[in-house]
Amino acid sequence: MEHRQLKEIDFEPLHLKQSEAEKIVGESTSYWKDAWRRFRKNKLALFGIIIILLLAVLAIMGGPISGHNYYENQLLEANQPPSGTHWFGTDNLGRDVFARTWYGAQISLFIGLMAALIDLIIGVIWGAVAGFFGGKVDEILMRIADVLYGVPYLLVVILLLVVLPQNLWTLIIAMTITGWINMARIVRGQVMQLRSEEFIMASRSLGASNTRILRKHLIPNSLGPILVTLTLTIPSAIFTESFLSFLGIGVQAPLASWGTMSSDALPALQYYPNQLFFPAVFICLTMLAFNVIGDGMRDALDPNER
Amino acid sequence: MIKYLLKRIGYIILSLFLIITVTFILMKAAPGGPFASERASTPAIEAQMNEAYGFNDPIHEQYFSYLINAFTFDFGPSFKYVGQEVTEIIGRSFPYSLILGLEAIFIAISIGVLLGVIAAVKHNKFGDYLAMVIAVLGISVPSFIMAAILQYIFAIYLQVLPIARFESFAHTILPAAALATTPLAFIARLMRSSMLDVLNRDYIKTAKSKGLSERVVTYKHALRNAILPVVSYLGPLVVSILTGSFIIEKIFGIPGLGSEFVVSVTNRDYTVIMGTTVFFSVLLLVSILIVDLIYGLIDPRINVTSKEGNK
Amino acid sequence: MSEILEVKDLSVSFDTYGSEVKAVRNVSFQLMKGETLAIVGESGSGKSVTAQSIIRLVPTPPGKFIGGEIRFNGEDLLQKSEKQMESIRGKEISMIFQDPMTSLNPTMTIGKQIAEGLMKHQNMSKKEAHLRGIQLLKLVGIPTPEVRIKQYPHQYSGGMRQRAMIAIALSCNPKILIADEPTTALDVTIQAQILELMRQIQEEMGTAIILITHDLGVVANTATRVAVMYGGKIVETGMVDEIFFEPKHPYTWGLLGSMPKLDKEQEELQVIPGSPPDLADPPTGCPFVTRCPYAMNVCGEHMPSDTSVSSTHEAACWLLDERAPKVDIPESAIVGGNDIYV
Ligand SMILES: Nc1ncnc2c1ncn2[C@@H]1O[C@H](COP(=O)(O)OP(=O)(O)OP(=O)(O)O)[C@@H](O)[C@H]1O
Ligand code: SF4
Ligand SMILES: [Mg+2]
Repeated sequence: MEHRQLKEIDFEPLHLKQSEAEKIVGESTSYWKDAWRRFRKNKLALFGIIIILLLAVLAIMGGPISGHNYYENQLLEANQPPSGTHWFGTDNLGRDVFARTWYGAQISLFIGLMAALIDLIIGVIWGAVAGFFGGKVDEILMRIADVLYGVPYLLVVILLLVVLPQNLWTLIIAMTITGWINMARIVRGQVMQLRSEEFIMASRSLGASNTRILRKHLIPNSLGPILVTLTLTIPSAIFTESFLSFLGIGVQAPLASWGTMSSDALPALQYYPNQLFFPAVFICLTMLAFNVIGDGMRDALDPNER
Repeated sequence: MIKYLLKRIGYIILSLFLIITVTFILMKAAPGGPFASERASTPAIEAQMNEAYGFNDPIHEQYFSYLINAFTFDFGPSFKYVGQEVTEIIGRSFPYSLILGLEAIFIAISIGVLLGVIAAVKHNKFGDYLAMVIAVLGISVPSFIMAAILQYIFAIYLQVLPIARFESFAHTILPAAALATTPLAFIARLMRSSMLDVLNRDYIKTAKSKGLSERVVTYKHALRNAILPVVSYLGPLVVSILTGSFIIEKIFGIPGLGSEFVVSVTNRDYTVIMGTTVFFSVLLLVSILIVDLIYGLIDPRINVTSKEGNK
Repeated sequence: MSEILEVKDLSVSFDTYGSEVKAVRNVSFQLMKGETLAIVGESGSGKSVTAQSIIRLVPTPPGKFIGGEIRFNGEDLLQKSEKQMESIRGKEISMIFQDPMTSLNPTMTIGKQIAEGLMKHQNMSKKEAHLRGIQLLKLVGIPTPEVRIKQYPHQYSGGMRQRAMIAIALSCNPKILIADEPTTALDVTIQAQILELMRQIQEEMGTAIILITHDLGVVANTATRVAVMYGGKIVETGMVDEIFFEPKHPYTWGLLGSMPKLDKEQEELQVIPGSPPDLADPPTGCPFVTRCPYAMNVCGEHMPSDTSVSSTHEAACWLLDERAPKVDIPESAIVGGNDIYV
């Protein structure tokens, strides 16, 4: 037998302290730390963040460094290919495509972020109130959301744009008219689930006020899914803007966005594909970046989903 | 069954009533009537036109006559195209959109489901990564850019397919593919996660424990259950194809209902806007009903004929 | 009695985020023809993984077989190809799962689910399989089988679904039936009926059963032999009477202590304090060392070897070493005959 060399002392009772016994089970790292560790491993999502940062810098710096502005017509220099003076070439009115691309980036990103932000605010408040108060309040708020959700989003936005005066803010407002519902549903689900959990019960029995519980417990705890939804709302808002602008009912001249640039460039696709190439690539790249960041966040926050 | 259908049709009529009312209010609230000054017409002519179209009647009378007309599907003449009835415009343009839409739906579902299944079966292997790269690209490339890319590659560069218009089957391939891109990618992702979920279910273990082959387990047991979320997505799919047609028909110069709608919006051709909106709504409500009926066929737990069909 | 299945030194692990969960470690046991072997142990002890390893249903990846053999009819199942396994599953060895609510395919009729195995293993036609399905449903006690066979799982109650599962599992007269907690999800009266059904069928068909359960009452009433699992290892095996009346392992004592008794003033049910070991980093010695009230210095460092108590009874505990202090079975673990044979 292999254990022959064991001594008497080995058979003395072992006094394990309770704390040691617990330790063996293994320590759990915190949720956010864990999520961040998983997110960092996701090369694609990190790549997405770098892309967004680069685009943001170029959107701000691009115009000034090009030495051109986005609106100046120089008909003599129309439809030029990329060159030393016009890095991305010029369009059919001789405007510098590089300068226009980054100016368009400002407009597209601004609208996308703004619309997502408004969706976030309305959605979080709506969903949190519905989920937190439950009962009749929930019933009414969610019924309204359901009815609005049943209507095709783009159709409503277009109809609203027919009615509203055309400017940047009405565009944003039209885009948020039903865009917040997704967020509201997610927040409501989270709040409903958290509401039943113990620590909320505990703080409630300690006499914490409703708003305090909302602010201190519910919103921080549903932050994960909210962030994911927000990140995935941005590309869809950017898409909607470019879609509407492409149709000629979104951003109006003299403003320019990636959507209007694509629309202007399309008729000459056969001869000057470069005019479409740049705005198109940047729309796709932006949407791609936000999508991979959103996916990465979702995977990182929800370890079960692999 | 009959009772269920009648109930559903009742809801459809109710929803339509709401939609018609809301569009009426919206159009009344629109700035500058249809005959407002941007056109070279004198105020006198404008007043005359308003009179002719009944715009000077009290608002509730306008509403009721509009309501009656809408339910008999009579939206009157177009403001813009003299002598053309809205119904005529819809009847003329819808067939194009229908063919295009059905083709796109077919492409999106067949390829989307295929990609999703491959990804799930080859989970965390090359096939999975490839399918998901295609899917995330599909979600990130807007349909109008996809349209331009397809036009450039197949019509301009390779010259194998016509660039625009709608004259033969070949003409429909590019627009249908462009229209299908985003929903295809969406379905692929949906199918993948649903399939992964189903493959972990106990009944898949049961099927394997009977000695069935991997293939039978995947295609006979898993697929039918995993496809249910895709069936629920058919409603949103129809919406996506429909709104996508606004832009795709414009790019490909197809005289379908989508491009008529966009033209009417830019022209503020109110009768056409209202007519197409109501028509779109009917289309969607009916497709949702059909989707629910299909769902009931695939999932025996949903019994459309009785109320207690448990989920 | 001759041996039909032998598991030798089986080890199975799972690759999870950054760590390797050693779910089953060096497990060995035999199964005799026509007997019922119960595997008991608390949640996470590796019972299901052991059972699913036998018909190779452990998902790989993340699972992987580290070593060992599973001998069935003299052949090692771990060496078989997936194709070869297909002709064993359902035909030679079948399995019933814990939750009848989720173990049947919701979009396929019961009849089709029974017929599949018959058509594959017994080359029956659709029609023959259908008729045989009706017989099987009748055998497992489902009334009006001609009607029921065309129904979907959601039209069955929980107990009926488990009966249908048994019909599926038994359809090809397997030599071994593995039942992974077949009654846990059912209420008490139905539990008794299902167990009775299994016993009856075993008598008629001579099937050997591996019964996995938490419930010692179930064990006492149905099993011939018992294997007690803890932390991915088998810590004690023996005939039912040996395990109930002469248990040797402190974990078995704990289990028996947590079982409700009839003839004692029930002060309180003893629960074993503490939590099971982390299987990603199990103790080098006895897996029970962190919770064992009798643990000795040797236990944490050295694995106790299986020690024979009788020709049918083995336990892996240092207390059985001659140098160890003599420890008596605690009062709470003493079981009276009336407690277990109901
Ligand atoms: N697919 C898997 N991936 C990762 N770990 C797994 C997997 N399946 C089982 N495990 C791990 O293996 C260990 C043993 O699990 P097993 O299901 O065999 O326990 P059990 O004894 O059957 O418990 P229960 O009584 O709860 O069914 C557990 O720690 C579990 O976490
Ligand atoms: S070996 Fe030691 S720790 Fe393990 S059960 Fe026996 S006495 Fe307890
Ligand atoms: Mg188990």
